[in-house]
Amino acid sequence: MRIVWKNYHPGEFYDELISSPGRARKPAQVLIKYLRSLKSEELRERKASAELAIKTMGITFTVYSEGENIDRDWPFDIIPRIIPQSEWRNTEKGLIQRLRALNCFIDDVYNRQQIFKDNVIPRKLLEKSKNFRPQCVGMKPAYGVWAHICGSDLVRDKDGQFYVLEDNLRVPSGVSYMLENRVVTKRVLPELFENYDILPVTDYPSQLFDTLAAISPRKVEYPEVVVLTPGIYNSAYFEHSYLAQRMGAELVEGGDLVVEKDIVYMRTINGLSRVDVIYRRVDDLFLDPNVFNPDSLLGVRGLMQAWLKGNVGLANAPGAGVADDKVVYTFVPKMIKYYLDEEPILPNVPSYLCMNKTERDHVLANLDKLVVKPANESGGYGMMIGPQASKKEREEFARRIKADPRNYMAQPLISLSTAPILTNAGAEPRHVDLRPFSLQGKDSCVTAGGLTRVALTKGSYVVNSSQGGGSKDTWIVADED
Amino acid sequence: MLSRVAQRVYWLGRYMERLENTARLINVNTNLLLDLPRGTNLGWSTLLDITGSHEEFERKQVKEEEINIIRFLVSDLSNSISIMSSLNKARENGRTTREIIPTEAWELINDLYFYVKENAAKSVARKNRQRLLRHIIQHSQQFTGVLTGTMSHTSAYDFIRLGRNLERADMTTRIIDVGTVNLVTNPKNSAGKGDSLEPFINILWMSVLQSLSAYQMYRQHVQDRVNGEDVVMFTLQDGEFPRSVFSCLAQIKVCLRGLPKGKAALHALALVEERIIDANLPEILEQGKLHDFIDDVQLDIASLHEAVARSWFLPV
Repeated sequence: MRIVWKNYHPGEFYDELISSPGRARKPAQVLIKYLRSLKSEELRERKASAELAIKTMGITFTVYSEGENIDRDWPFDIIPRIIPQSEWRNTEKGLIQRLRALNCFIDDVYNRQQIFKDNVIPRKLLEKSKNFRPQCVGMKPAYGVWAHICGSDLVRDKDGQFYVLEDNLRVPSGVSYMLENRVVTKRVLPELFENYDILPVTDYPSQLFDTLAAISPRKVEYPEVVVLTPGIYNSAYFEHSYLAQRMGAELVEGGDLVVEKDIVYMRTINGLSRVDVIYRRVDDLFLDPNVFNPDSLLGVRGLMQAWLKGNVGLANAPGAGVADDKVVYTFVPKMIKYYLDEEPILPNVPSYLCMNKTERDHVLANLDKLVVKPANESGGYGMMIGPQASKKEREEFARRIKADPRNYMAQPLISLSTAPILTNAGAEPRHVDLRPFSLQGKDSCVTAGGLTRVALTKGSYVVNSSQGGGSKDTWIVADED
Repeated sequence: MLSRVAQRVYWLGRYMERLENTARLINVNTNLLLDLPRGTNLGWSTLLDITGSHEEFERKQVKEEEINIIRFLVSDLSNSISIMSSLNKARENGRTTREIIPTEAWELINDLYFYVKENAAKSVARKNRQRLLRHIIQHSQQFTGVLTGTMSHTSAYDFIRLGRNLERADMTTRIIDVGTVNLVTNPKNSAGKGDSLEPFINILWMSVLQSLSAYQMYRQHVQDRVNGEDVVMFTLQDGEFPRSVFSCLAQIKVCLRGLPKGKAALHALALVEERIIDANLPEILEQGKLHDFIDDVQLDIASLHEAVARSWFLPV
């Protein structure tokens, strides 16, 4: 499996490390040279030791299939992806700007609704929004922030430019894998850390804790912050437990919490103990059976009332998902101008809204060239990749679009950039995306890099771990002058 | 400490202890049967009696023979008390309390899990069996050692120990119970196959002791040759041997005293403790009432568990 870089052909795609066969991009030169120097056996050994580390550290994700939950080891490729710090600084600014605007929008939606009155965004968007929660109207969370944690999906097109593909504002996951990927890489390729200035990622849990602690309604020195998980069968359970552990917070399930007189408590061996902030990883609709899904066993009866009364902080706030909608997404550049009076730093992927007749006609006429997405699905479900779809699938989507145009948008197929992964043949290009995580509370910050997800199957664009995706460590490296 | 976490580490302690005991039981029985003449009516089904899984086994509708019983007790996930099931649950409880237990302890469970998963199928055969079982026993003991050596003596530690000792006490009573049913009733049973066991009484009692890792300590403690009365007294009432029921209860008492709101559990403990201390075992044996006595002790242990659950765990 020795790597011969001359045989590595990313083709028409932008490659993260290689500019043309045999030539590395500048920040990747040391890495590429180093990998070339490793003999087959050494490469195999490093790969095996990464796999072993993942196994013994118990880094897993859960897949639900055939009625069973299966814990799988996290698929990881040892070749890191490198992004120069100069480029990252700008991306970081763009992400912070975006999240600020999104929070202004959510706060506006649940309060004055000025943006609709000013006709910047059509009000009818709200009417069919699955994630608009009328129960939240009038609520004013601390700092006007509803989405404290945002995971954005960035993709690079052929031109090498980063585009925002979506903003995940409900319960975005993946950050624990970003952190563990770095730990594994340090074990497997320690030599490289001497030759690069790689921005550390380890401070994310403390930044998250500070963000959460800042929204505590009680101004005490050590507010009680807990992580609320749907439980051990959730696909992201590993992450919930990991973050709780790293923050020194209790990991709780619905049954651990109880609300009395609009105050939230957890059940401990000493009796009830007050909770100040809940980092909830449970969807809105399962949060409180009194208000939402009455059959929910995952939630806490009376939680919404406690939050509305200002007795507990919830992150992300219920209802924040109103901006996590692929149709609302298309208006984010307008929001940035409207709320912040700034030019968007990061572009959206050009999009067509099926609710507008001319755009819908364009989409219907070009189904074989476009990617069609429903407004409210995540994890890559329910979408259609036109160029790869059968005629029958395209017809099915045409029918769905006509039946419910508000629920669909379409985008041209982005030719996702590639990065080399280690295969039996040496190195081969595979498509990647990037999910950085942004925090906003009293202050804002963004992870140094993020989680690079990679489609392990040749030619595939699907990077989701539930559907055969893997991941890479992502390095933001200081530029040499 | 969250009630849920208390509950999980308690069960972690119980499952780790259970799988160690089950491994030792199978190991000892394998050795024992090598010593018995072929055709004795004592066989593999004893293991099903001890683990209380006869009914579950019958539902499988396979022949009651060595290979099937071993598979059922070692690797069968549909058997809720098989080693693999216990290990699964121990790992699940460990995984979900990773923020509480030492990382080394978690990695130990995880390693053991992968080892057993990989080796269980091919270890049904006698020649590989011992290696697997010894590995399991050693790793479970190592787990206890890691906790003793690296875990602060907080409530979480108390709950693990509580689970371990409660499980241990329960298992000890089961082993004595089945041992005595086979040993005390059979030889007196003048008709039938029971007679054929008479010459082997000694090694059978030895195997009861070995199932509890108690043989060596027993020999140091009791000067007389191995005999039923002393074995029963030693394994139930001895104050120094850590696997005797009395010692397990003493350990439990230490844990309960360290916990807040322990009154109800301490009360339940006092009942079973009293029953053990006050028992005139030679007389009970003489009257053939040991089985009834053990039944009562097991009910007491079950009530103790319930008192623990009511005091500290999540309401059901």
